[in-house]
Amino acid sequence: MFARLPETRARAVSLTIEGKRVDARPGDTVAAAMLAAGFEHCRTTPIGGTPRAPYCMMGVCFECLVTIDGAGNRQGCLVAVREGMRVELQRGKRDPGT
Amino acid sequence: MPEAARCDFDVAVIGGGLVGSALALGLARAGQRVALLDEGDAAVRASRANFALVWVQSKGLGLPEYAGWTIRSSDAWGGFAAGLKSETGLDVAFERPGGFHLALSEAELESRALQLRRLHNQPGIATYKTEIVDRTRLEASLPGLGPDVVGGSYCPLDGHCNSLRLHRALHTALHNRGVRYLPSHRVEAIEHIGGEFRLRTPHRGLSAGKVVIAAGNASMQLAPMVGLAAPMKPNRGQIIVTERVERFLRHPVVTIRQTDEGTVMIGDSQLDGTDPDEMTVPVSSTMAARAIRMFPLLARLNVVRMWSGIRVMTQDGFPIYDQSETCPGAFLVCCHSGVTLAANHALTLAPMIAKGRLDADVVGAFSARRFDVRQAA
Repeated sequence: MFARLPETRARAVSLTIEGKRVDARPGDTVAAAMLAAGFEHCRTTPIGGTPRAPYCMMGVCFECLVTIDGAGNRQGCLVAVREGMRVELQRGKRDPGT
Repeated sequence: MPEAARCDFDVAVIGGGLVGSALALGLARAGQRVALLDEGDAAVRASRANFALVWVQSKGLGLPEYAGWTIRSSDAWGGFAAGLKSETGLDVAFERPGGFHLALSEAELESRALQLRRLHNQPGIATYKTEIVDRTRLEASLPGLGPDVVGGSYCPLDGHCNSLRLHRALHTALHNRGVRYLPSHRVEAIEHIGGEFRLRTPHRGLSAGKVVIAAGNASMQLAPMVGLAAPMKPNRGQIIVTERVERFLRHPVVTIRQTDEGTVMIGDSQLDGTDPDEMTVPVSSTMAARAIRMFPLLARLNVVRMWSGIRVMTQDGFPIYDQSETCPGAFLVCCHSGVTLAANHALTLAPMIAKGRLDADVVGAFSARRFDVRQAA
């Protein structure tokens, strides 16, 4: 769906998304890395369970919620990728962990 | 009813919030031709700034009849919600799992026990069923309870609902029943001429055989136009709302509840002042800190909104239900607990108003004449 611009090649940052190894670039947000890696949605809604993808990419719409290193409902568009990061889709409501 | 036949409507209800719309629904169900006059979308609306509790414990200290009236509504709520669902298809998510009040120190628990004893010792108080419970009992019902909680009180009659959906369901039911909803019709004057009421608004006037003032804090200005009094003392509350999480809290806890859709609401501050745009951050910080001591997992949740709302509050905190002696057919319905009492308003109070007379045996204690008595004494 999305392709990288050819002239912006840089060294890769390696992370896993849904257990799959993905190469991103330094400075990518998690949401951008997911879109570039071909993920068509990043979460399912807490009430209706419908799939959603990042929309505003600037911290406003809360559509890009994901689980990052075990912490749920993080805004993927506001978090930069880090080497070794584990990202999972946010499926429905977050578990508050009683 | 010859005089009503001349009028545009049998009854005009002023105020389209939870109180006015519950009454309008009850009146429409009784076969009345109803107009519901409301302010615009920018109105300061308590119906959008409430905590959605259907709450019994603590109610009635100083006016024991209020305890009985509240219990009656709590008992009627299940049937009321089922009626709304069958009329509109909307589930207002009413649950009555019983509610808790938590104490964070022995002193708080003692003070709570004393308050309940004073409440229960009033002559003529209804069976209240509220009991002081120890920590073991709390742990059985409230997973994730923090170590600072020493005990609390429990009332099986407490519940909650989705109050925004309640407001929507009421308005859907009104629409289905042909009630004439008139938004942006702030009532400027009420005249009583020749046995009918004429209401003036910025848009159009209308006439009605009866009028019900259910305008929240604005009732204070409207009531004297028909020989009634609504002494109000509005205050402001602040609420913190978290992200949606899996259900962990099955019982409402007075200042903390988890909605049917998963958000956690933290609130119940009482501040002076009536500017709805005002927000006092230290108050929210205190609320949040106490909530985290009650349920430590709240510290990990993201807050998605904080808001401030104006509460409808009568001067003594109890409802005012009144009918005018000088302008027969004019009624006043003013209360703080528009969610808790919605069932009574639709099922008990509205049929009385439809018949033209409040039943003193049922609601006589709530007349504003109680304020006169106190002044005379």
